[in-house]
Amino acid sequence: MTARTIVVAALTLLVAAGPLLAPARAQDKSVFIPLLVYRTGPYAPNGIPSANGFNDYFNLVNERDGGVNGVKIAWEECETQYDTKQGVECYERLKAKSPVLVNPFSTGITYQLIPKAPQDKVVIHSAGYGMTASADGRWFPWVFNVPMTYWSQASAFVKYVGQQEGGLEKLKGKKIVHVFHNSPYGKEANPTLEELAKKYGFELTLLAVDHPGQEQKSTWLQVRRINPSWIYISGWGVMNQVAVKEAAAIGFAMDHVVGNWWTGTESDVVPAGEGAKGYKSMTFHAPGHGFKVHQDILKYVYEKGKGATKKEAVGEVLYNRTLINAMLDVEAIRTAMTKFGNKPMTGEQVRWGMENLNVTEKRLDELGMKGMTRPLKVTCENHEGNGLALVQQWDGKQWKIVSDWIEPMRDVVRPKLEEAAVVEGKKLSYEMRDCAKEK
Amino acid sequence: MIDVLQHVVVGPFRDIGSNPAFFGEVVIGGILAGMLYSLVALGFVLIFKASGVFNFAQGVMVLFAALTLVGLLERGLPVAAAFVVTAAVMIALAFVIERVVLRPLVNQEHIILFMATIGLNFFLEGFGEMLWGANVKKLDVGIPDRSFMMAGMQVNQLELSAGVIAAVIVAILAVFFQKTRIGRALRAVADDHEAALSIGIPLKTIWVVVWSVAGLVAIVAGVMWGAKSGVQFSLSLIALKALPVLILGGFESVAGAILGGLIIGVGEKIGEVYWGPLVGGAIENWFAYVLALAFLLVRPQGLFGEKIIERV
Repeated sequence: MTARTIVVAALTLLVAAGPLLAPARAQDKSVFIPLLVYRTGPYAPNGIPSANGFNDYFNLVNERDGGVNGVKIAWEECETQYDTKQGVECYERLKAKSPVLVNPFSTGITYQLIPKAPQDKVVIHSAGYGMTASADGRWFPWVFNVPMTYWSQASAFVKYVGQQEGGLEKLKGKKIVHVFHNSPYGKEANPTLEELAKKYGFELTLLAVDHPGQEQKSTWLQVRRINPSWIYISGWGVMNQVAVKEAAAIGFAMDHVVGNWWTGTESDVVPAGEGAKGYKSMTFHAPGHGFKVHQDILKYVYEKGKGATKKEAVGEVLYNRTLINAMLDVEAIRTAMTKFGNKPMTGEQVRWGMENLNVTEKRLDELGMKGMTRPLKVTCENHEGNGLALVQQWDGKQWKIVSDWIEPMRDVVRPKLEEAAVVEGKKLSYEMRDCAKEK
Repeated sequence: MIDVLQHVVVGPFRDIGSNPAFFGEVVIGGILAGMLYSLVALGFVLIFKASGVFNFAQGVMVLFAALTLVGLLERGLPVAAAFVVTAAVMIALAFVIERVVLRPLVNQEHIILFMATIGLNFFLEGFGEMLWGANVKKLDVGIPDRSFMMAGMQVNQLELSAGVIAAVIVAILAVFFQKTRIGRALRAVADDHEAALSIGIPLKTIWVVVWSVAGLVAIVAGVMWGAKSGVQFSLSLIALKALPVLILGGFESVAGAILGGLIIGVGEKIGEVYWGPLVGGAIENWFAYVLALAFLLVRPQGLFGEKIIERV
C-alpha cells in the first residue's frame, strides 16, 4: 500500500466518520440546534431574513453572554427551499448531531416531523405556525406553537374586524373573504373562520390560490364580484406580493385587507409600491430596530464582523420574528438548566424547559426586548402559551403598529383545538397524558 | 343525479348568463393572461424549432433577464440604457451557450441536449442569485397598475398594456419566421441538422440567432411578469404556465403558441371562476392541463402541428 493510498483512505474515513464525531463534540461543550432554512428558491425572500434572525440571536448569546450559563449554542444551516421533502432530509441528516430542538420554519415540514419527535427526543418549536392541534400539550408533549397558533390568530383577526366595525354584533351580514395558499398552512385558519362565521353571522368565502401564486387573476375577479367588507390573506412567498398588488389594482380599500403574520413583510409590499399603502397584517411583535436587543446585536455581533446580513436589514419584520423565536428557544434551554444544572441539555430536558417557560416582563427587559413582544407562559396543557396579537399597517415606507394587543377568542379556539388534538393524537396512536401528575 | 347535473352544468351557465359584464371581465382577464403565457411559450417554441430541443432553462432565462434589467436600473442606469445592456447580456449569453453547451453536442440525441439545458437552468439560477441577490425587487415600467371601466367591465391598465406589447412581439416573430430567410433556415435546421449543414446553412449562426431572440423574448416576458409580481426567483416558475400552451399549440408553431395561450388563458379563468367553487377552488393550474389534454384527444398533433405519417 503506497503512502498516497493510505492518505486517501484516511481522508475518506475521516469524512465518513465526521457526522459520528460531531455529536460527541456538540454534547461536550454546547447544545445543538439545526436550522432548516431557505436562502434559495422561490421562497428565499422570506427565508433569508428569517435565517438571519436566528443566526444573529444565537451569535449574540454566544458573543455577549458566553452562551447560556456557559454552554454555547451550536447550530448548522441546511437548505430546504421550503420543500417538505428536502426539509425532512435536512432533519434526518442533522439528527446525527444530537439536536435538542428544531424550528422547522414550514408548516409542511412540521407535520412531517411531529411523529418523529417522541422517538428522536427532539423538541419541535413551530412558533406561530405548524399544526394548531399540537398546542394541546396533553396529546403532543414534544410540540410547541408558542407564542400563538393560526386559530388564535384568525380569532384575533375577527375580533379586530369587530372592533373596527363597532362591535362583534355588527359583523352580522358582512362579507369576509379568506384568500389562502392552497396548502396545509394556508388552510389552517379555515375551521376557525367558519366557526366564527356561524357564531357572528358574517358571510365567509374561502378562495384558494395554488402554489406558487404568480397568477391570481381568477381569485381577484371573484373577490371583485363578491365585494367583501374585509379580506384576510394567508399567503407566503410570491403569493403575497401578487395578492397585495391585485387588491390595490382592483381598487379595494387597502386598510380593509389584512394579511396573517406570514403575509406582512417588507418584501410583500415592495412590488405594489404606493398601492400597498394602508395594507395591514397581523403580528405578534413590534417591527423596527429600535430595541436594545438590536443595539446589542450591532455591538456584539456586527462590530465583530459576525453579522448574518447587512446592518440595514436588522429589524425587518421576519428578522425580528426569528429573533423572538430564537429567544424563546434559548430561554427554554435556560429554564431547563434551572432544574438540570448548567451543562449541555438533552432534548428531554429542553422539552421540560419549554413546557415550564415563563418569560416575564422583567425578563424581556433584561433581554432588551421589552415592548417588542409580550410576556409568555407555557404550561403542560397549553403549548401555545398566552400570546396576544397586534395589527400593523404599511404606511408606504415602514410598518407601524395600529392596534392594541388583541386577546384571541380562547373560549372559541381552545375547545375546537382540544377536539382536533384528540383526532390528530389518535391518528398517531398517542395517549393523552395527565398533566396534574406532572406538577 | 339530476341535482348534480343541475349544479355542475346548468348552474355555472346560468351564472354566466345572469351577469354578462362580469363574464366579459373574466374573458378579458383570460385573454390578457393568455397573451403573457404565449410570450413565455414562444421562447420554448423558438428554440425547439431551431434545435429540436425542449429548453428546460427558458423560465430561468426569463428570470435572469428581469434580474439583470432591474439590477442595472437599481444601479442608476437610465431605462433605455438598461434595456440595451440587458439585451446585450442576453445575446452574449446566447453566444456562450452556443459555444459551450450546444456546439460540443451537435448531432447528439435530443435527450442529451435536453439534459444540457437542465444543467444550464441550475447554473443560471445560481449565477443570477449570486450576481443580483434573492430579495424581491420592484420593477416599475412606467405603466400605472390601475383599473378603468370599459363598457361596464373593469380592465387593468398594466395587464392591457402587457397584452398589447405581447401581441406586437408575437406578430413580429410570426413574420420573422414565415417571411425571412433566417426563419426558413431555422425551420430547415429544426428538421435535420446534418441536411441543413450540407446545403450550406450555418448551424452555429442559426443557433446563436435563435437563442438571442429567445433571450430578447425572455426580457419582455420578464418585464411584464416582473411588473405584476416584482422580480424574484419564482419568476422562473412561470415556465409551468407555458407547458399546457405548448401541449395545445404544439412545440413548433408560433401561431399555435399564440392561439394556445389564448385558449388556455380564457379556459382556465372561466374554469376557475365558474366551476372552481364547486370543488373548493384552486383548479386553474391543473385545469389548464386537462383542457390541453382533452384537446389532444381530438387533435393529437396539437393546434397547428403536422400529422406525422410514417410508412412501415
